[in-house]
Amino acid sequence: METPSLLKIAKDGLWHNNPALVQVLGLCPALAVTGTVVNALGLGIATTLVLTGSNLAVSILRHYVPAAVRLPAFVMIIAAFVTCAELLMQAYAYPLYQILGIFIPLIVTNCMILGRADAFASRQPVLPALIDGLMMGVGFSAVLVVLGGIRELIGQGTLFANMQLLFGPAAQHWEIVVFHDYAKVLFAVLPPGAFIAMGLLMALKNVIDNRIRQARARQVAVEPSVQRVRIRVTGQSTQAREGQDALIPTQNL
Amino acid sequence: MTDRLRSSPFMHGPQRTDRVMQWLILATLPGLAAQTVFFGWGNLINVFWCATLAVVAEAAVLWLRKRPLAFYLGDWSAVVTGWLLGLSLPPLVPWWTSLVAVIAAIVLAKQLYGGLGFNPFNPAMVGYALVLVSFPVAMTTNWPTPDSFLQHPLSLPQTLHQIFGNRQSATGAGVDAITMATPLDVYKHQIGRHLSQTILENPVFGHFVAYGWEWVNGGFLLGGLFLLYRRIISWHIPAGLLGALILLGAAIGWDPDRSIPLSLHLLAGGTMLGAFFIATDPVTAASSHTGKLVYGAGIGILLYVIRAYGTYPDAVAFAVLLMNFAAPLIDYYTRPRAYGHKAPKRGMGPGN
Repeated sequence: METPSLLKIAKDGLWHNNPALVQVLGLCPALAVTGTVVNALGLGIATTLVLTGSNLAVSILRHYVPAAVRLPAFVMIIAAFVTCAELLMQAYAYPLYQILGIFIPLIVTNCMILGRADAFASRQPVLPALIDGLMMGVGFSAVLVVLGGIRELIGQGTLFANMQLLFGPAAQHWEIVVFHDYAKVLFAVLPPGAFIAMGLLMALKNVIDNRIRQARARQVAVEPSVQRVRIRVTGQSTQAREGQDALIPTQNL
Repeated sequence: MTDRLRSSPFMHGPQRTDRVMQWLILATLPGLAAQTVFFGWGNLINVFWCATLAVVAEAAVLWLRKRPLAFYLGDWSAVVTGWLLGLSLPPLVPWWTSLVAVIAAIVLAKQLYGGLGFNPFNPAMVGYALVLVSFPVAMTTNWPTPDSFLQHPLSLPQTLHQIFGNRQSATGAGVDAITMATPLDVYKHQIGRHLSQTILENPVFGHFVAYGWEWVNGGFLLGGLFLLYRRIISWHIPAGLLGALILLGAAIGWDPDRSIPLSLHLLAGGTMLGAFFIATDPVTAASSHTGKLVYGAGIGILLYVIRAYGTYPDAVAFAVLLMNFAAPLIDYYTRPRAYGHKAPKRGMGPGN
């Protein structure tokens, strides 16, 4: 398998092959805990740590793992990193750890992580694998945070509430109350709201991609083009006799 | 000349969408009248508020989608969605609740899927379920006390103020004095602690089944029969729904001291509105006759189960939405056979 350039890896992870919006992997935690920005960010950071670490380790060990047992081996590696992330969260962000609950240990089963390990890290050198893990993780986290922001804004009328759970007492006053005296929309906080918000985000990505594609197509159309012309003559032209196409600039005809 | 039967071919006059929708609105009038007589101006205001919002929302999305406005607005389907929402929302619900419900119904449930005919879920019920889940307080505490129980029933301006204005100052006494729980809610919450006789002493049940509600449901039943007579709906879905509800009510809920009696099931909630006006939406229901019977029965069963064992007192919206999910499956298994053709063998075996 050819190693893509680092820039392409970064672009794929962040946008073109975004794990949440395009691959639609890891939806269980993505939809379950993104009720607020802080929850989404917490889960996003934990997932990114695990994904980067597991991609790195899998890539290092890729020549030593027999293909037949690669999946159990990867899961063991991922589980080790999840345990690390869990212990780190318990040490530095215990209240957030309690809020996220089962979804931190469940990162082990996040299909995105195993997917990247099997599809990318186990076939690529260390540096591309590391960058891939990091970029996929950041892309995933970005979607989670946007989703969390939308749901927090609609559900509770605030943004960045309780950020001290993650950033310590300094973040106590980061909360922005967008709507005062707001009737909370429980629907956005509950899972159905997450599904709808996720669907709208995917639609938004498709719209943006379409716009970009159309803009590019227009640019290409404006540029002067060299037209491919088939010359229909018999006997004279060697090119024509051999059935080849002749490349002739249009304006010379 | 016209009274003589002419020779074939006969031309079939298809029912135009806008006519069907207009007949449907006309058919809700007896129920709406009963609601207005017993529970005040709330429903009437809601119906017009929601229908207006629905048309505005539909026009806005159509404009965004660059579709011809007059053609799509002229099918009256947005009006009907708003109208049905107005009939089913609690009469004194604040204006922004209806706003959220209508936007969810028209924008999310209908236009994002491609407009009328493409929506897999009943738009009005999506809107209703969304606000029911989102605003449980607003959706359960705004059922008005019947007018005749009040010394001073709310006048039209007072009701408008209650819905659109600052709620506390609408009446001197506050909101609690003019609202009360619905009969289904009352019965459901007292059934474990009291005998049927004690519960039924509550004035909310009136002399017959449930004060006011029996007339409202009767009105919708009448309107539904009118729709059947006009052949706008077929009898299969209402029959399946009411049949399943009656069967379950008779089989499981025969003891009024332990469960909600059948009379309340049929005449106290949104049963008749649901059976004749909501479940019969041709876009989201199953399409063959057998399929419609199954679909209706499914709604009836879910209606009974959620009312009896769930946490919500009424369940038309959830039952309809759940069966909307099932409609394609029902359609798959109840495809009518062309004459002379056998049903195909199905399953995982070889040769299929």
